[in-house]
Amino acid sequence: MAKITYNTHDNKIHTIDVQNGLTVMEGAVQNDIPGIDADCGGGMACATCHVYVNEEWLDKLPAKEDGEEDMLDMAFEPKSNSRLSCQLTVSDDLDGLEVNIPSKQC
Amino acid sequence: MNKTDVLIIGAGPTGLFCAHQLGIIGLQCEIVDNLDKVGGQCIELYPDKPIYDIPAIPECTGEELTNNLLEQIKPFNVKFHLNERVEKLKKSANRWHVKTNSGKEFDVAAIVIAGGVGSFEPRKFSVKDCEKFEGSTLFYSIKDKTIFKAKTISIFGGGDSALDWAIELSNTSNVNLIHRRDGFSGAESSVQKIKDLNDQGKLSLYTKYQMDSVSGNKNIETIKIKHDEGEIKELKSDYILGFFGLIMQLGPILNWGLNINKKTVEVNTENFETNVDGIFAIGDICSYPGKLKLILSGFHEGALAARGCFKYAKPDEKLRFEFTTTSKVAQERLGIKK
Repeated sequence: MAKITYNTHDNKIHTIDVQNGLTVMEGAVQNDIPGIDADCGGGMACATCHVYVNEEWLDKLPAKEDGEEDMLDMAFEPKSNSRLSCQLTVSDDLDGLEVNIPSKQC
Repeated sequence: MNKTDVLIIGAGPTGLFCAHQLGIIGLQCEIVDNLDKVGGQCIELYPDKPIYDIPAIPECTGEELTNNLLEQIKPFNVKFHLNERVEKLKKSANRWHVKTNSGKEFDVAAIVIAGGVGSFEPRKFSVKDCEKFEGSTLFYSIKDKTIFKAKTISIFGGGDSALDWAIELSNTSNVNLIHRRDGFSGAESSVQKIKDLNDQGKLSLYTKYQMDSVSGNKNIETIKIKHDEGEIKELKSDYILGFFGLIMQLGPILNWGLNINKKTVEVNTENFETNVDGIFAIGDICSYPGKLKLILSGFHEGALAARGCFKYAKPDEKLRFEFTTTSKVAQERLGIKK
């Protein structure tokens, strides 16, 4: 279990307990946190679960797999701290993770 | 006016197999798709990626799957209408009257929506002012490349479309290629070619830059691009091209009076009909308790929806359940000669 904080674009802060094994994307979708569309359902085939990761967490996350960066090229306003939340699997190590959800996904 | 029994919206695997199931039970159908080719997400998103969970096919690519499905529906001579997006539906006397964005019209007994996650549209620049120039000096696809001759073109993107056009247009135009990072998703050989052209001064490559602003009156005159570190460069540009891939949008489907839940259409699991009589939804676009977004589920949904269409297409006939292994009628429809 990990506490994940999702900051949505309307300046609301949602801190949720997400079960280990789910992805950060699933944690948002299952808890109706707005702003994550996840059109492809976690297949890394779209870029609509795009989040900005808080700088301090960037190095602690699993490295991007091939394809994630390619997909991020297609995200709405990608930055250096952009990740696809479907590629971030929750574990105890992610306890306290904070992500910012962009103003829109496409 | 195209008159047929069923109109399928979406030429992905689910729509293609539904056409097969309609053919087997003796119904005619035509298929409309917004893309310029058949195959849906399989072709647009992952033509070369292997799929491992099609029953009885241990491994195949999206392209192979699409080709096999096309082969399978060959006997039914299904007519495709590509580059068409269905805009309007109107019911008249137990038939549906359908109109596409280009004005094509259909008169059908039933409609099967197999639209995946909606229609593919080009992803656009997030800078607001870009809209002003769209269609005149800013494009997301190229219809007439001759207009670029001897002009300065700023191309954004790192995929094959961006790289291929940058290479091609660099022969006749002054090309800037701008991409948000050093890596590219396009083919390795194209990336090398771009780097060579940049070294030879035949093209200007800017990596780790993104669009910051665009200015001009009627036409684009200059753009500003911003480096990751904050530095801003101004580039003279006559045209801008953006190649950021495609996004999926439900589009007009939202206006058809269907029950929509999180970008999906609610259906019953008996025949995958929506809340509107004669409109069915199958594949990724439909939702019901326990829905799995798998191709194999789309096949099942298509088989049942096809049978659901029967009573609308042939209200005076009774549908008999038959196996293709033993049914003479089904085999005739498949064009099998014994």
